[in-house]
Amino acid sequence: MKIVVCIKQVPNTTEVKFDPKTGTLIREGLPTIINPEDKNALEEAVSIASRVGGQVTALSMGPAQADYALRETLAMGATEAILLSDRAFAGADTWATSYALAKAVEKIGEYSLIFCGRQAIDGDTAQVGPELAEHLDIPHVTYVRRIVSLDDKCVVVERALEDGYEVVECQLPALLTTLKELNVPRFPSASGIVTAFDEKKVQVWTAEAVGADPAKIGLKGSPTQVKRTFTPPVKGTGKILTGTHKDAVQQLVQELAAKQLL
Amino acid sequence: MDFALSKKHEMFRTLFQDFAMQEVAPLAAEIDESGEFPWLTVKKMAALGFLGLPFPREVGGAGADNLAYTMAVEEVSRACAATGVILSAHVSLGAHPIYQFGTPEQKTRFLVPQAKGEKLGAFALTEPNAGTDAAGQQTTALLDGGEYILNGSKIFITNGEVADIYIVFAMTDRSKGLKGISAFVVEKGTPGFTFGPQENKLGIRASSTTELIFEDCRIPATNLLGKEGDGFKIAMQTLDGGRIGIAAQALGIAQAALDESLRYAKERQQFAKPIGTFQAIQWMIADMGTEIEAARLLVYRAAWLKDMRKPFSKEAAMAKLYASETAMKHTVKAIQIHGGYGYMKDYKVERLMRDAKITEIYEGTSEVQRMVISASLLK
Amino acid sequence: MAVIIDKNKCVGCTLCVPACPFAAIDMVKGIAVINDQCTLCGACLEICPVTAIYREEEQACEECTPQSYQGVWVFAEQRQGQMLNIAYELLGEGKKLAGALGVELSAVLIGADVSNLAPDLFAYGADKVYLVEDKELELYRTETYTAAFVSLVKKHLPEIILMGATNIGRDLAPRVAGRLVTGLTADCTELSVDLEERILLQTRPAFGGNLMATILCPAHRPQMATVRPGVMKKITPDYQKSGQLVRESYHSQEVTVRTIVREIVKEAGKVVNLEDAKIVVSGGRGMGSAEGRALLEKLAAKLGGVVGASRGAVDAGLLPSAHQVGQTGKTVHPKLYIACGISGAIQHVAGMQGSQVIVAINKNPAAPIFKVADYGIVGDVHQVVPLLIAAIDEQNAKKQP
Repeated sequence: MKIVVCIKQVPNTTEVKFDPKTGTLIREGLPTIINPEDKNALEEAVSIASRVGGQVTALSMGPAQADYALRETLAMGATEAILLSDRAFAGADTWATSYALAKAVEKIGEYSLIFCGRQAIDGDTAQVGPELAEHLDIPHVTYVRRIVSLDDKCVVVERALEDGYEVVECQLPALLTTLKELNVPRFPSASGIVTAFDEKKVQVWTAEAVGADPAKIGLKGSPTQVKRTFTPPVKGTGKILTGTHKDAVQQLVQELAAKQLL
Repeated sequence: MDFALSKKHEMFRTLFQDFAMQEVAPLAAEIDESGEFPWLTVKKMAALGFLGLPFPREVGGAGADNLAYTMAVEEVSRACAATGVILSAHVSLGAHPIYQFGTPEQKTRFLVPQAKGEKLGAFALTEPNAGTDAAGQQTTALLDGGEYILNGSKIFITNGEVADIYIVFAMTDRSKGLKGISAFVVEKGTPGFTFGPQENKLGIRASSTTELIFEDCRIPATNLLGKEGDGFKIAMQTLDGGRIGIAAQALGIAQAALDESLRYAKERQQFAKPIGTFQAIQWMIADMGTEIEAARLLVYRAAWLKDMRKPFSKEAAMAKLYASETAMKHTVKAIQIHGGYGYMKDYKVERLMRDAKITEIYEGTSEVQRMVISASLLK
Repeated sequence: MAVIIDKNKCVGCTLCVPACPFAAIDMVKGIAVINDQCTLCGACLEICPVTAIYREEEQACEECTPQSYQGVWVFAEQRQGQMLNIAYELLGEGKKLAGALGVELSAVLIGADVSNLAPDLFAYGADKVYLVEDKELELYRTETYTAAFVSLVKKHLPEIILMGATNIGRDLAPRVAGRLVTGLTADCTELSVDLEERILLQTRPAFGGNLMATILCPAHRPQMATVRPGVMKKITPDYQKSGQLVRESYHSQEVTVRTIVREIVKEAGKVVNLEDAKIVVSGGRGMGSAEGRALLEKLAAKLGGVVGASRGAVDAGLLPSAHQVGQTGKTVHPKLYIACGISGAIQHVAGMQGSQVIVAINKNPAAPIFKVADYGIVGDVHQVVPLLIAAIDEQNAKKQP
């Protein structure tokens, strides 16, 4: 069974700090990581492959430094890793990104399952997975929190809803987007890291190599554009209520009552 | 001269840090208090290949190098010095002598299970009357037919009783002095080989330290490591490498002291300001940071020299000397920065200080290191 | 359209480097150079003191005829015959947009035997309801709903589509956008119209909530956006208002369906309706343990609010993750948010900075939460909160006639 896992190398936005003096994010020195939910996706794929016998191809669209993230997938047990990298992909929104990924997946071929993390912690859109499935004309299920069963014809999953879950049966080939609840990603083994760097290669594919239509990738292929970015306006410091705790609490209650918040 | 870590080693460091934070740190305070040996953590480290990091795949190791192994000990020790020394004693002292001096058959029997993490290793040189004066070995090994009979005792053995495989040094020919010492591999469970109780220590309390007792303990002659008389050389060369491990442990402890001090200096307020704004504290932190950085460079360089198969004995001694003294000095300073809170067991720093002290003593006291360094410089 | 740095003008001051949220500017031999990460956001344009950075305009796409698309649509998400609140909130927002554009507001209702839900949609602002009913559409499945929706869009050409950023909305919207080859912006917190360009301005959080971005879909139609529950406001319903009900058919024979919903399971206790809550009482790691949780619950009950938690509290096992507010949890917009023992790291603030009034209680005077709070009390939550509860009781007693 061949499983493809799409990963994204992202800045670790959960660790980002704010510089109050300049009002901007301190981005320097922010480590890059594999997007957390993509790690869950990879873990599931590697786990399935070792159980049923199969191979896992890790795929990422990104700049040259995404090589490091792909090495990590190899260290965690992916069979091979492919970096889709080309200047022409720059500025892509989710439509153009998923199109490029689809061309790469077509080139990989003969897959039964594609795993994607539900969403990336920098873009937060959760759109690439479903849009990729659309380009490939395969069914998809999002918010997968558990795999109930899998054979060579179909997969049955638990799909999270806000107030519970639904059990969905889906024919293969299919694309699944994974939640953190799905599993606990393994640590790469020391031997895995040695293999990833000393014994394996990360293949690099360009836009031309996957036969991507130039009009559908990068900035040109993106229906959406960013008009501007700004830091959300900081509320600004309010009042610290002083005095004994009793006094402070009295003041607070008066203020809240006046605002009719009680 | 490229001071940057390779991408591979960056990934190693991330692995060790993540592992230490998730698996080692949460237990550190508890096992220090109870003295309980962290078996589960050891098994997890074994599963990830930590226990065989610098050994080739052919002998069951991870195929990494001494630099990676050094970083592993550093990061694990940063979270828990006791867990760090369990790893270091096993790799450098229990497994490495067999890697360096063992026959292929001995490697299969004793090294492979250690590298795979299936069995733990230990090193038994120290005796009640032979510490720094290692040549004063009183444990004897008498050849009798196809066996050696061991008699004597060893003390303060790290991984004592928990280890399965022991490198034991004993006198085979007293008339030859230093050249009459030989090295043997002894397995737990061998009749005549027993253990004393667990020592109740000031620090690294979760590491198991016991006496080893040999009473007419018979081992196959094929358990002799190297030739008769090679023992002292084997011991010294093994300790050269072990020094790098202990230096890494001390480095990890010192780094933890700095981590805690930085955090506290930013949080603790006196006179309506974080104490990190006061020069007295700032200068303590400056010194801490500088000396830890210097220690790190010494430790990594010693590991690098060993990986390059260049002579590293002097550099390893320098690293161990400097890192251990740095750890001791700055864990004391870290408590000072924490003031009264630093003296309480609720805070980490008092444990760091208790853990740091042993690094100035075992695997060659600071005095021994100075002997080694000066001997090398004055040649 | 590209962002260009004129290397003759660049003086190497490096101000643009940290201004870029995407690390897309490098200094090469003392001159700023834009790399592959550039997304054209333009943050660098304003920073450059010597105006060395400018945007190069590109020709507009000639094939697209946005003008032929008209109308604002809202996906009226219903589950098992129950309309979700988000549908009414979207209608409230849609009404404003449609009004500004001078076009109709329509709701799209897909399901089986759901026509009884249409009157409420009119009451909450819809001028028209497109109704697609079929047995196949009883339960949501991506393939069936996408087919139904896309066929409606191709027939009626709306210029704007709004969907709720629910587990279903975030599944359906990208599949529809993918098929229609159009732009979709997720989790919008603000929508407005640029009347000159007749374009929807979609503002949303990025970078884990630490950055806001305004997105356009200039040349493709329809412009699609998802909106999180609790962000937009619904209007006061007017049940006298009626509208036009348009029935459209679903051609099941033309749709390939490869999924089956075997069952739907509700999990009790899983629902923590933070997004709709008017009052949220949130606890951080500083609350301690079970007693701390009980204290939060008591205060929340007093105020008629919902209990929230910071990530630290969830990780410490104080509260289950369904209560988590923040970047990796839920975004809330209550009238009152009380943060107890929460330090106020940006990742948490990202989830609650939209609250009208923020109260912070923390024993550390330097805690960042005090910078975003309207009212702060420095003290141990275990002392302050009981006093607060007592004070509220007193206040409520005073109100009794």
